[in-house]
Amino acid sequence: MSGGHAHLLHHHGHSPVHHAPAHLKLVALLAFVLLVVATPREWYAVFAGWAVLLVAVIAFARVPLRHLVPRMVIEVPFAVFAVLVPFIATGPRTEVLGVSVSEPGLVAAGALLIKGTLGVLASLTLAATTEPTEILVGLRRLRMPELLVQIMGFMVRYLEVVTGEMARMLTAMRSRGCQPRSPRHWPALARSLGALFIRSYERGERVHLAMVSRGYTGSLPDMSGIAAGAPDARHERP
Amino acid sequence: MHVPDAFLDAPTSIATGVVAAGAVALALRRARTELDDRTAPMAGLVAAFVFAAQMINFPVGAGTSGHLMGGALAAVLVGPWTAVLCLAVVLLVQGLFMADGGVTALGTNIVLIGVVTTAVGWLVFRGLRAVLPRRLGVVAPAAAVAALVSVPAAAVVFTALFAVGGTVPVENGDVLAAMVGWHVLIGIGEAVVTGLVVGAVVKVRPDLVHGARDLIAERTLEIRTTGTSA
Repeated sequence: MSGGHAHLLHHHGHSPVHHAPAHLKLVALLAFVLLVVATPREWYAVFAGWAVLLVAVIAFARVPLRHLVPRMVIEVPFAVFAVLVPFIATGPRTEVLGVSVSEPGLVAAGALLIKGTLGVLASLTLAATTEPTEILVGLRRLRMPELLVQIMGFMVRYLEVVTGEMARMLTAMRSRGCQPRSPRHWPALARSLGALFIRSYERGERVHLAMVSRGYTGSLPDMSGIAAGAPDARHERP
Repeated sequence: MHVPDAFLDAPTSIATGVVAAGAVALALRRARTELDDRTAPMAGLVAAFVFAAQMINFPVGAGTSGHLMGGALAAVLVGPWTAVLCLAVVLLVQGLFMADGGVTALGTNIVLIGVVTTAVGWLVFRGLRAVLPRRLGVVAPAAAVAALVSVPAAAVVFTALFAVGGTVPVENGDVLAAMVGWHVLIGIGEAVVTGLVVGAVVKVRPDLVHGARDLIAERTLEIRTTGTSA
């Protein structure tokens, strides 16, 4: 159970990377990862260049590596697959440490691991240097449809409320001897999830009514200057 | 279970991104018919719910675990168009804020987890509802079967994408067998949890279940009086 990793990725800081406009960071991330993915798999020198560039950005942002490295575990299931590839792949076989593996499989798995790791590290860097509300502002500036930005905004805003509610339900279940993971207790878990859905839905209705009573007509005011926790001085920055 | 970067080549990733953008654009228009001007807050809260539900892992066997994808569950609970929006937003948040699922694979993930599971789940659910008796009791089992079919369906679509733009030289037949076999197991877990959750909501608040709304609408108000009648 990976409880409540909702906002843990952000690492507060005042580097130029932190202050760069979010839409530029999003475009840079997408361009960087696309270039990495499109790099031919045997151009190892180019991959080294990408890695140096990424590490330079991380160092420039002054995000400590011990903040990023533990969060790379998200990659583990994928790494397990990459390790299996040389054994199941087709093509001519070669010997590595006395074990017969597929040669093209070995190359492909290596490229997969390198590219995947660079992608995860780049995404983590964006998440570590950008507040969730700033990412929303950036997506809006990149012309993501307004309704989608709003839905995302509400999800981010209530994420901790809903996951916190679920964590309390699971704690209550465990304190009564339930094991939520065990299939034997799925009926109890499902009733809790059903209750969580009803509570989330009804919370949505209350939020909507509260917004209507404050003059909501279907579009939200521009929140770029009043992002949570951000100083109002942001308006004055060029 | 999210597809990471570099699993599919760049052209395939871009193509699935275009498909995902089209599907989300269509869903943005159609979701308003399901939720009117409540769309933004309601879909946001349901997305938070789907995210929370996806955090619960269940053992699949061999020491690994799967987690709920929630496509069929969301489709039955809030309707297919809103469900596509909710899952797309969940995947965006996971990809951009938590590095779960590659940025270049966002389109692929939205197509697989958002669009395919929701569409297949909803179509199977509607199909079953059409042939089964019109009773509230069939909603949960129909949702369970829909969930069971939706997960391997996503695995089949993934295999097709892999055959077109895979970056690893593995036999397509092997990939298909492994993916479908594995996802039938995950699908069973998904089916049980989906059926139980929908059943729990149907019992308490059937009016909230989009897939049961037509059954609620045909209910007539029944007034029972005590004693006075002959």
